[in-house]
Amino acid sequence: MNKPTLAVLAPRNIELGPLAGVTTAGPWKHWRMARDADGIAWLVIDREGKSANTLSDEVFAELAGVLDVLEREPPKGLVLRSAKRSGFVAGADINMFVGEGAARLSEILTQGHAILDRLDRLPVPTVAVIHGYCLGGGLELALACDYRIAVDDARLGFPEVTLGLHPGLGGTVRLTRLINPVEAMTAMLTGRTLHARRAKSLGLVDATIPERHVRNAACAAIEKQLRTNRAGLTVSLFNSGLARGFLAGRMRKEAAKKAPPAHYPAPYALIELWEKHGGNAGAMQRAEIESFGRMVTTPTAQNLVRVFFLREKLKSFAGRRWTGSRVHVIGAGAMGGDIAAWCAWKGLHVTLADMKPEPLGGAVKRAADLFKKVSQKSAEVRDALDRLTPDLKGEGVRSADLVIEAVPEILDLKKKVYAAAEAAMKPDAILATNTSSIPLEQLREGLQRPERFLGLHFFNPVSRLQLVEIVSHDRTAPEVVAASNAFLGTIDRLPAPVKSEPGFLVNRALMPYLMEALLMLDQGVKKETIDRAAEDFGMPMGPIELADQVGLDICLHVAEVLRAQLPRPMPDAPQWLRDKVAKGELGRKTGKGLYDWKDGRAVKAADAPAPAPDAQDRLVLPMVDVCVACLREKIVADEEVIDASMIFATGFAPFRGGPMHYARQRGLADVKATLERLAAQYGERFRPDPGWSDLT
Amino acid sequence: MRQPFAPDAFDQVILGCVSVIADEMNPARIAALRLGMGEAMVAFTVQINCGSGMQSIDTAYRYIQRGTADLILAGGTDALSHSPLVYRRSAVEWFGRLAQARTLGARLKVFAGLRPSFFSPVIGLERGLTDPIVELNMGQTAELVSHLFGITRREADEYAVESHQRLARAQKEKWFDGELEPAFARDGTIYDFDDGVRPDSTVEALAKLRPAFERPWGKVTPGNSSQITDGASWVILASEDAVTKYGLKPRAVIVDSHWAALDPSIMGLGPVMCSTPLLRAHNLGLSDIDLWELNEAFAAQVLGCLAAWNDDTFCREALGLPGAMGVIDRNRLNVDGGAIGLGHPVGASGNRIVLHLVNAMKRLGLKRGIATECIGGGQGGAMLIEAMS
Repeated sequence: MNKPTLAVLAPRNIELGPLAGVTTAGPWKHWRMARDADGIAWLVIDREGKSANTLSDEVFAELAGVLDVLEREPPKGLVLRSAKRSGFVAGADINMFVGEGAARLSEILTQGHAILDRLDRLPVPTVAVIHGYCLGGGLELALACDYRIAVDDARLGFPEVTLGLHPGLGGTVRLTRLINPVEAMTAMLTGRTLHARRAKSLGLVDATIPERHVRNAACAAIEKQLRTNRAGLTVSLFNSGLARGFLAGRMRKEAAKKAPPAHYPAPYALIELWEKHGGNAGAMQRAEIESFGRMVTTPTAQNLVRVFFLREKLKSFAGRRWTGSRVHVIGAGAMGGDIAAWCAWKGLHVTLADMKPEPLGGAVKRAADLFKKVSQKSAEVRDALDRLTPDLKGEGVRSADLVIEAVPEILDLKKKVYAAAEAAMKPDAILATNTSSIPLEQLREGLQRPERFLGLHFFNPVSRLQLVEIVSHDRTAPEVVAASNAFLGTIDRLPAPVKSEPGFLVNRALMPYLMEALLMLDQGVKKETIDRAAEDFGMPMGPIELADQVGLDICLHVAEVLRAQLPRPMPDAPQWLRDKVAKGELGRKTGKGLYDWKDGRAVKAADAPAPAPDAQDRLVLPMVDVCVACLREKIVADEEVIDASMIFATGFAPFRGGPMHYARQRGLADVKATLERLAAQYGERFRPDPGWSDLT
Repeated sequence: MRQPFAPDAFDQVILGCVSVIADEMNPARIAALRLGMGEAMVAFTVQINCGSGMQSIDTAYRYIQRGTADLILAGGTDALSHSPLVYRRSAVEWFGRLAQARTLGARLKVFAGLRPSFFSPVIGLERGLTDPIVELNMGQTAELVSHLFGITRREADEYAVESHQRLARAQKEKWFDGELEPAFARDGTIYDFDDGVRPDSTVEALAKLRPAFERPWGKVTPGNSSQITDGASWVILASEDAVTKYGLKPRAVIVDSHWAALDPSIMGLGPVMCSTPLLRAHNLGLSDIDLWELNEAFAAQVLGCLAAWNDDTFCREALGLPGAMGVIDRNRLNVDGGAIGLGHPVGASGNRIVLHLVNAMKRLGLKRGIATECIGGGQGGAMLIEAMS
């Protein structure tokens, strides 16, 4: 079978100068260097045994050796690039910093700075050629070069802030002196990636070219023939003391909107760093080292780094790439339509079926809006829309590798859908349900091949919430679970394996959070106050707003189902909630629910009173308690999966590391005792689960 | 998706399309790639004016018959609403001179030659529907045909009304289910209904319309002409080997086809010129055909064809027949309406009428049919099709 033509030729489309086809050149494991016929040294980073380049202390140590050679015999110029297909350099190994004491940390950073300074000061023109991702330490490496050339697909950025840190290898200094400091600070404060074209317009890179022009462009840079677009005047202007003072205040205000200083110290440390030292490179460099060292030891950074590893852990469940390519989604409602759109965006061929054409029209529109938001290129949007086929007659089920059912939560309806699907599906295809409240044991009754049936529970909105609960029942075949995990990995979602029990993990944990909020509302607490209590804790959204966002009808339904199926005492849904749902006041989607909604935002009163001191505990601790119960009932394998699931499906205060980690940090005994106290004061619903005694 | 084989199983794609736009050269290939048929799918676009959608089927049929292909996707499409406005030649040359002017002085000189007429665009569609050899537009050829065969304004209007009513009935009875696929636009709009139909049309209302092409005495009006619209159609052709290999259930068999040409000024008679030899070659008379699809470019043109077949002189002298061929039963002709109500996206119609002929024959339990159409420029194409049980 002949391979597609471009796939055969693609491997030769990476310009490595004299190092093309060479596997070692020099005494180093992770670097190769050779000079070409024009006397230009080509230095390639290719981390041994890894599919992506990250900077480890060994990589740095070897770089020092490389610089020894370059300083001894300076070439005409230096071209630095990565040999990995996936990209330039993804950053510094987090393990280099995590767990080190302050003194050792300062040493490591100072050494790192020294090496990059040597690269910066090389008396020859140096050019970094960047393809794919160039993040964090990788960008700092590129900034130490005189020129940067981006291949069309390059993405540059400083994501350190998402780990509770800021750049620590000179990035804060070099970036604010290369491009408009306001743009530099914005990039570092948001952690957002810049595409090649944007990077060029800022002057962060000096050219954007397709791979086939790399050699010529690099040589032109070395010959000083490249036309650059450096920021120049804006840099000195905005780095002046007066400007910094004024701008820093504005930056603090902006940052506070998304990241309150009490929970996220890093953005403010970065702003202060620039405000105080932005006029003096040497002082700023020293201060950066000190500030970074401080940030690494903050609980926020430690917890966010933990979250990073939790994400990696869930990603690893995905395993190998999925062998399938076609997905059939049945039900074009809010969930089905979004699942279909996301799968199409990620390159799969999707057929979306519904009994009526109108939901399909709505799903296509939402898909088009999503694609246009996440893509810069109209061809990408077109291709993604081409992969999403509205399928009124459900014909796609015949060729699908995976069938996802996302119809309303009515048992008979779902069973009818399964019967029809199974009759037409490929025998080795997988049948999955997005159900949130009907037990799989009921749904699988009557199936011909129950071993190929499982739950894939997505969260809304699918494009933003990465977590998917992957629900097995006791007859699900292991290879079906493995294939489903692989599918989730292919669409860049995070699988959380859970057992088939009511509410699985996330909905079950959210229920007491939402119910308690409604109870507090009944008791006369203002909704803004309730939400404030949760936001002060670090939840991205308070429970009242969340209920409106999800939809009061859905909340009510899930609450009733869980109350019926779970042994734990839970307060009944209040009558006024039922009345509201009956009246059609469902929340954000109808413009009115518990809040009034305008332009997609809840209208909140500004003068609500501060929350009571125990409000946070009343809302958050029952969530933690449910997590403990789920652990005890073996619904989830371990605490790490619980923390990851809650963070990636609900946005549970990530800087706290997740509910279980929070409980441990606070003290298990303290949490348990608090729950007992709340039970005595407010009711049995707070009684701690027996599982607390099993926790060590 | 309805088929048991993958999209890359086809041998090639042929697409009829007349108004190809610059952004989509060779739309057959663009469609093939966007349909996920794989990089190795050969595809080309054919153009024989209104016959393009039938030409694609005919070419596919001949390739398969010759044995060089087993599975071909043949279609037809046109988006007449996307017809561009075109700069006239003098303006194009002016732009060229401007692009070549390098200095300020040279540019000023070019601007001195700017004329207001440069800003008045040519309506591409208008030019496309005018025959350059005889300098008549399509509607005018229908006027000539109706004059030569004595078709009256009233007869044309009556035909149009009946066509709309037949179409409305077919839509109401859902006879287009399985033939018509709804289209979904990016803004969520669903197009599942051809809205050109006017079920409440009456002869009295149509009588009030002014002639579209030759005022004030012409007979061809917007009400009794086909509508200028967008549309697309695909048909799958398979060899016997492919049918066996994939276990396919073909709906019909192409028995034969024939193309003919005549004076461009009476192009509307094209169907007569090509269907007649086709019938003769198989020893068939008009009434041996169970169902006819004769593209309704203009009501007067359809009626002109029917009159020509019943015209002794014309049949003897232009067709070489012993005498008039006869009459086609109106209940066997365009039974579910046609281009008058549905529209005539030029490149698509030939393909659509073949497809609809097959579906209508299956629905009515009929066996033998002819799909035929007149072609701007003075040609006609016909296909003899038998439904499979």
